[in-house]
Parts: sequence; C-alpha cells; structure tokens
Amino acid sequence: MTVLECKNVSIRYKTGDLQSIGLKDYVIQKLRGKYKVQEFWADKNITFSLEKGDMLGIVGTNGAGKSTLLKAVTGIMVPTEGQVITRGNIAALLELASGFDPELTVRENTFLRGALLGYTRKFIEEKYDEIIAFAELEAFQDHMFKQLSSGMKSRLAFSIACLVNPDILILDEVLSVGDEAFKDKSAQRIKSILAKGVTGILVSHSVQQVRDLCNKCLWLDHGKQIAFGPTPLICNAYSTFLFTPKDKRRLPTDEQDLQKISDRFRIAWRLGEKERAAHTNPPKESETDRVYRLLCNVDAMSPEEKSKIENELNAKKKGTAEK
Amino acid sequence: MLEKLKKNRFLFEELVKRDFKKKYKRTVLGMLWSLLAPLLNVLILMLVFVNIFGRTQEHFIIYIFCGTLVMSFYTEATQGCMRALMANAPIFTKINVPKYLFLLSKTFQAFINFALTLVIFIIFCIGDKIHFGIHMFSLIYPILFLLVFCFGVGMVLSALFVFFRDVEYLYSIFLTLLNYVSAIFYPVTILPENLRHIFYINPVYVYIFYFRCVVIDGYMPSLAIHILAAAYAAIFLLAGCLLYKKCNHEFLYYV
Repeated sequence: MTVLECKNVSIRYKTGDLQSIGLKDYVIQKLRGKYKVQEFWADKNITFSLEKGDMLGIVGTNGAGKSTLLKAVTGIMVPTEGQVITRGNIAALLELASGFDPELTVRENTFLRGALLGYTRKFIEEKYDEIIAFAELEAFQDHMFKQLSSGMKSRLAFSIACLVNPDILILDEVLSVGDEAFKDKSAQRIKSILAKGVTGILVSHSVQQVRDLCNKCLWLDHGKQIAFGPTPLICNAYSTFLFTPKDKRRLPTDEQDLQKISDRFRIAWRLGEKERAAHTNPPKESETDRVYRLLCNVDAMSPEEKSKIENELNAKKKGTAEK
Repeated sequence: MLEKLKKNRFLFEELVKRDFKKKYKRTVLGMLWSLLAPLLNVLILMLVFVNIFGRTQEHFIIYIFCGTLVMSFYTEATQGCMRALMANAPIFTKINVPKYLFLLSKTFQAFINFALTLVIFIIFCIGDKIHFGIHMFSLIYPILFLLVFCFGVGMVLSALFVFFRDVEYLYSIFLTLLNYVSAIFYPVTILPENLRHIFYINPVYVYIFYFRCVVIDGYMPSLAIHILAAAYAAIFLLAGCLLYKKCNHEFLYYV
C-alpha cells in the first residue's frame, strides 16, 4: 500500500520583490530598468513513493532542498507545482529546539509543545513524568527554558515529539541530539517506533545513519532529484560524489552511470579494507584524502582487476548472508 | 470534527496561559494592572475635561468611560492580533498548526482586560447614580459583536503585517485618528444634525453609541444600530477568514 507519494513536487521561493526591498529600492530599480523578481526553486520535480514500512533517507549537500521537501510533506508548505499525497497521520520532528518559549518554564513549555503537536491534555498529563524522565530533566522542571543548556533543550524537544504513534514519521537531523549516551537512547527509541511498521523519512548528513536505518534513498542536489532507489546503490554513489574534491565532482547522468559511480565506491571501499589489513595505508592521511586516493586508484584499474574485486565482494556478501 | 475541536481547545488554553504569563512577567502588581490602568486613565480624563475644560454635561464621566472602555479593548485586541502571527512565526514554520489560534488567544487576553475594566465601569456607574435595570443585559449584544469585530480586524491586520511591515506604523497613526473621530470625549452635537450620521461609518463609534444608549439613556437603540453592529463584525470576520484561507500557505515565505 502506498502511504506517501510525491508527484513532480516543485517549490519556488521569490526574492527581491517590493516587500523585501522596500519602496526606495523599488523605485530606483524600476527607473534603471533593473527591477526583477528573482525566482529560486528550492525543489524541482521531485517524484517518489513510499510503501508502508519503508524508511526513506534523504541525502544531499547543504542547500539541496531536503528540509523544504520535508515541509511540503508535513503540509506546512504547499508545493508550487505537483502534489503530495499522504495516507495516515504525520508526526514531524523538524529542527526541534526552535519554537520553545524562553520565558516559560520547562513544565509549561512541555504542555505548550504537546498542544502544538496536537496531543490531548489528558495524554500529556499522563505522559509528563515519562517525558521528563526520558529527557533527564527531573531537576529542571521549574527552571526557565532559557536557562537550559542547548543539549537539554534538544533532549526535551526529542522526548516530547517521540511519544507519538504516527503512520508517517519525519525526522530532520534529530538523531544527532545530546551527548553520546542520549544519542544511543534516541536511536533506540526511533528504532522501536519504526519497528511498529510506520513509514519514515530521515534527513541526515551522516551517510552511515542512512545506511543503518533506511531501505530507500533519495539524493537531491540544488533542488534537483539526482536519484531515488535502494539505499546501498544511492549511498555508494553519493559517497563517491561526497569524497571527490568540489571542483572534480560530477553528478550521474543516467541509471547506468549511477550504477558505475556506485560500484566505484564499493571497489574503493574494498581496496581500503585490504590496505588496512596489510597496514600499507599512509599513517597521517585524512579520511577524505584516503577515500579520494582509493577512488582514483579504482579509475586506474583495468576491467579485469575490477571484476576480480567484484567477485571478492560478492563472495563476502554471500558469506555474511550465510552467517 | 469534535476531536479536532477538543485538540484545538487544549492548544488555545495553553496559548492563552503563555500570553498571560508573558504579559505580566516581572511586574510587581501583575494582573492588578488590568484594573489600575483603566482606572488611572479615566481619572486623568476626568481631571482634564471636568476640571480644566469645565464640562458639566450630565453623566459626563460615564460618557467618556463608555468611549475609552470600547476603544481600549479595540486597540489592545487589534494591535495584539496584528503582531501575534509574526511573533509566532518560529512555531508555524515548523509545526502545522491552525494559525488563527494565535490571534484568538490575543483577542481573548484583551477581552479579559475588558471584563476587568467593566467591573470598574460598573463601580463608576453606581457612583454616578446610573439606573440599573434589566435593560443592562442588552449590552451582551454589542460586547459579543465587538469581540468578533476585533478578531476580524485583527485577522486582516496580521495578514497584511506579514506582507508589509509598514502596516504597524500606519496603524498606530490610524489609531490616533480613530481616537479623535469616535466622539469619545466630545458630544456628537458638534456636527450639525444632517451630518451626524457620518459617525456611523465608524464601526467603533457604533459600539460606543450602543453602550451610551443603554447605560446613560436607559433604552435600547434602534434596529438599524443592531444591524450595523452585526454587519461590521460579519464583514471583517469574513474578510479575515478569506484572507487567511487564501494566504495560509503564503505567510511562511515572508516571515
């Protein structure tokens, strides 16, 4: 059953119109004949669909349009073109710590946020102790929100938002909240929610997190949809892109190209494993430099060598599957 | 539908609580200011108009008080609403909530103030030997529509304010003007009889007039005034709702 569907979703921002530049600049620009409302497509023709139980990871560099797309999915924004179809109720965990009131206490903020998220008073009253316990803020209940540390703020936000039992769960960079212990705890909580068969979307700058949690993946770049498909394929291709220096980066042109770029990373990864096993890797090399060097090595390899590594990888995969 | 209403009610209550707490934060007298401020205001007007300008018209204090009572509610509610949408931008750009609730909370807050002022007003009425009868209950009518009217104007203003911040400056000037054209501290007899109906173009004056009729003169105004009071409220509420319906998803591009 399709739970979430985006059909040709495009979102446009306008800048430089009368309201934003003011009358003075408007008149000056008009007189010079330079007045122009600038359009900016944060997302352009994004199309994908998710079945029940799917977990989608959205990857892309800064300004790719990930958060804007999430706003369209949650209904905060309406797409300029195209449509978003959702079945069931949505819980969105977007930029958690914003929207709290610094002048109110932790207790008051908890109730306010609960109300904003659409919980009932009864529900919040029942769950209040649990929220505070999960956020580890028992000693701070009557402190003003502005007196909390930024980690505490995020923890509270996460605890309130995670109570829900939604059909669709949307997570925007929320798993990087708090210290290591809390990160583990929150990842556990998310996993237990996902285990109930909800459909989810995760935006993360950690490709590893996407690999761990998602079965499908969407790659955006400057508002354009680069690829949508199974996580290993997309994540490998995206990693190749990410580890290549900015001036040499290249986006895949078609399906075949995507597969090729993806394979490049897989082979480079295997080379890296071998290197480390043999202790032949240069000691003071940064991760980025190392991966890029390995990617270049892959390019220099002959097709025979490549297929040999491929076979090794396939054998290894089989081995882990049997285990 | 009923569940949605219940959920929104919880949110409304929490917003009202928040707005109240923030309003009286760090004041020593707190809520007492809601009583004190209108009281002091009326005393000043009394001092100026009775002692300095020497007005001795019957029930003149009550005449002024009717004006300031309605006017201060209108001012507080509409100005509060105007800023409420922008002030809550961090919330509605992250969470999908019905935006009108922010305004409803501000209107309600102003209404509480109005109710407290009404208490002082009644004390003044007793002091001024105003006749209290069953007809006083008819004041519910203008109060109800004044409430709706303020909310409607607030919706229109708040939407415009998001698109043009200039509205804030324009509106404060407009309020000064409104203060002088609403016949708050002068009798309408300053205009010749045939021009006096101009006052009814001003919705705020209509509500003030209703109050004065009932409280000072002791009778209910004509049917035309009733229709006018309801119509102004309906027009602005409708305009506000339409504007919100049309711009609901435009706001976040401009905050």
